[in-house]
Amino acid sequence: MFKIVEKSLLAENIYKLRIEAPRVAQSALPGQFVIVRVDEQGERVPLTIADYDKAEGTVTIVIQTIGASTKKLCALNEGDSIADFAGPLGNPSEFVHLPEEELRSRRYLFVAGGVGTAPVYPQVKWLYEHGVKADVIIGAKTASMLIYTEEMAKVANLYVATDDGSYGFHGLVTAKIKDLIENEGKHYDECVAIGPMIMMKFVTLTTREYSLPTTVSLNALMVDGTGMCGACRVSVGGKTYFTCVDGPEFDGHQVDFDEAMRRQSMYRSQEAQANEKHNHKCNCF
Amino acid sequence: MANKIPRVAVREQDAKVRATNFEEVCYGYNLEEAQLEASRCLNCKNPRCVAACPVNINIPTFISHLVAGDLRKASDVILEDSSLPSICGRVCPQENQCEGSCILGIKGEPVAIGKLERFVGDWCLDNDAESVAKAEANGHKVAVVGSGPAGLACASDLAKMGYEVTVFEALHKLGGVLVYGIPEFRLPKEKIVAREIDTLKKLGVKFETDVVVGRTITIDALMEDEGFDAVFIGSGAGLPRFMGIEGENLNGVVSANEFLTRANLMRAYDEEYDTPIYVGKRVVVVGGGNVAMDAVRTAKRLGAEAIIVYRRSEAELPARREEVHHAKEEGIEFRMLTNPTSVIGDERGWVKGLNCVEMELGEPDESCRRSPVEKAGSDFTVECDVVIMALGTSPNPLLKRTTEGLETNRRGCIVASEDGVTSREGVFAGGDAVTGAATVILAMGAGRKAAKAIDEYIKSK
Repeated sequence: MFKIVEKSLLAENIYKLRIEAPRVAQSALPGQFVIVRVDEQGERVPLTIADYDKAEGTVTIVIQTIGASTKKLCALNEGDSIADFAGPLGNPSEFVHLPEEELRSRRYLFVAGGVGTAPVYPQVKWLYEHGVKADVIIGAKTASMLIYTEEMAKVANLYVATDDGSYGFHGLVTAKIKDLIENEGKHYDECVAIGPMIMMKFVTLTTREYSLPTTVSLNALMVDGTGMCGACRVSVGGKTYFTCVDGPEFDGHQVDFDEAMRRQSMYRSQEAQANEKHNHKCNCF
Repeated sequence: MANKIPRVAVREQDAKVRATNFEEVCYGYNLEEAQLEASRCLNCKNPRCVAACPVNINIPTFISHLVAGDLRKASDVILEDSSLPSICGRVCPQENQCEGSCILGIKGEPVAIGKLERFVGDWCLDNDAESVAKAEANGHKVAVVGSGPAGLACASDLAKMGYEVTVFEALHKLGGVLVYGIPEFRLPKEKIVAREIDTLKKLGVKFETDVVVGRTITIDALMEDEGFDAVFIGSGAGLPRFMGIEGENLNGVVSANEFLTRANLMRAYDEEYDTPIYVGKRVVVVGGGNVAMDAVRTAKRLGAEAIIVYRRSEAELPARREEVHHAKEEGIEFRMLTNPTSVIGDERGWVKGLNCVEMELGEPDESCRRSPVEKAGSDFTVECDVVIMALGTSPNPLLKRTTEGLETNRRGCIVASEDGVTSREGVFAGGDAVTGAATVILAMGAGRKAAKAIDEYIKSK
């Protein structure tokens, strides 16, 4: 069992949980994810790591309540325990392997959308701790849906974009990318985009115009998360990869996003049923 | 005239009924039936069954104790060579091993050795008859990676020798393929697998779930930071293969591993559990091994029309004969000499059919089976909404990638000697991680050989 040591509400339906998981905290690196199972009946849910503290032995995850299992997870409180917390899984971000000197010469643009802002944070924080201050665009529909802005501002040059203009730049993250490159004369060596599939798809279409290499982190369907099921198959450059063992980060310009989005919807109707069943059972929200 | 008695039929759940539930198909023998069947054994002077058993269980001796009604002695004889009799009795391909070489099988039916082993194994679990003495703690620690048959067998032997053993399991449940792969109707999880594991817990073996060795902790860290004197890798062959044909990433194409994991490990068929499973109306399973049979029979039990497509003929089906027989009884359709060429999808990207071609058998290939050759112009389409690929598995590359100096071959299998010695000092390996997908009994045997080698290694240090 893994204890929840801290819980907070970040935005509507988005929770932050800090979990006691010393082994995972010890090995975690930016870009990796965990598999969480709330209880005996729960699904194995893949969630990207939002932060980790080796000294405290804790790992932070950020969850948007969408399915039955994520709702159950967010209904738990500080002091409660979850059944399983396995990880860190997947490969760390490639930049953690770069020699310090090369790393410091590189200019990074991170594009974070919605709940995908959380996994961007450990990457940007890691770079900051290694002498690189990245540019970060956080995008959200509206100001109340923004998360991690304060934390991010401490470790990066932060730009905020909202669809409705209620905070920061008025427009989509793709418009902000263009704005930075064309109007502010910014030059980047690499873009890292993490967020909804549709956002990542359009970010890669935009960065392609500037021949800007772009890494995306795919949140594919998974069962075990260790390479066993193949549910997370994704086509990259015409070849099939398993997101869990070959990813989760891939060259965004090579990813077949239309297929990835279609595959994500595979269990949607069953999930809706499970959701109803769960809503019927308790009134947690 | 022992051999005049016909082989005692084993009681089974009615085919029509069992095709709608997940309870065990075979009820097994009761004592009277087991003793009658055991009495058929000729107790050969040169027992061919012993040589044909991958772990050389002294079959005639355990059978003679069973005839005499001494079940404790019978189980002691089996436990000398096997640590998982109630499991192997259920899942071993006996027709190619012990029973396949039984003298009685030449003119009639061989002794039902598997069913007798199962009977004795179950008796042993029911009567807590693990009589093997445990040596005093010797102060040495051994880590076992994976809680499947190889890991369990290795852990069991080492614990009996006095080692402090910790088994690390990547998943949330113990048992490896016995839990995620083999369905409940063939191998009951609570009644059998969980109790085998409980036996190990009683021996003092520690288990840690949710530890993905290679990621959560490396093999080097286990030895350097956590004080393990040796590590045994029994991580199995878990990576599913696909055909590489067009349309394989359409919605509705899944690996047998995914389908079975959802059903077995995540219990997607149980309303109380949250994990979804997509079954469809008409399921085609590609492959002819035990995993293919498990997947197709699971699909049937979940209400689908279920079909096996296999590129060779029935004689070459690698599955246990009993599983093929049971599948047929349950109404599974078998389309032999049929090979898929592409998966076709509808406008939304969901499977609507499988394009296939008829095959004929040509010359024998390196597996000594006649290799299938396409019949020109024989293309046809099988309508279906789900395609399950059961084409075999390979070992997970994770440990190779994260353990420096651990040698693997071109198929990704860990290179290890007969006794499990790998290219890294103090690191041993066995089971499917070394051989590629094989059988429970071979994995168990490899785990036991490695336990012996680990003991010798630690003592010689």
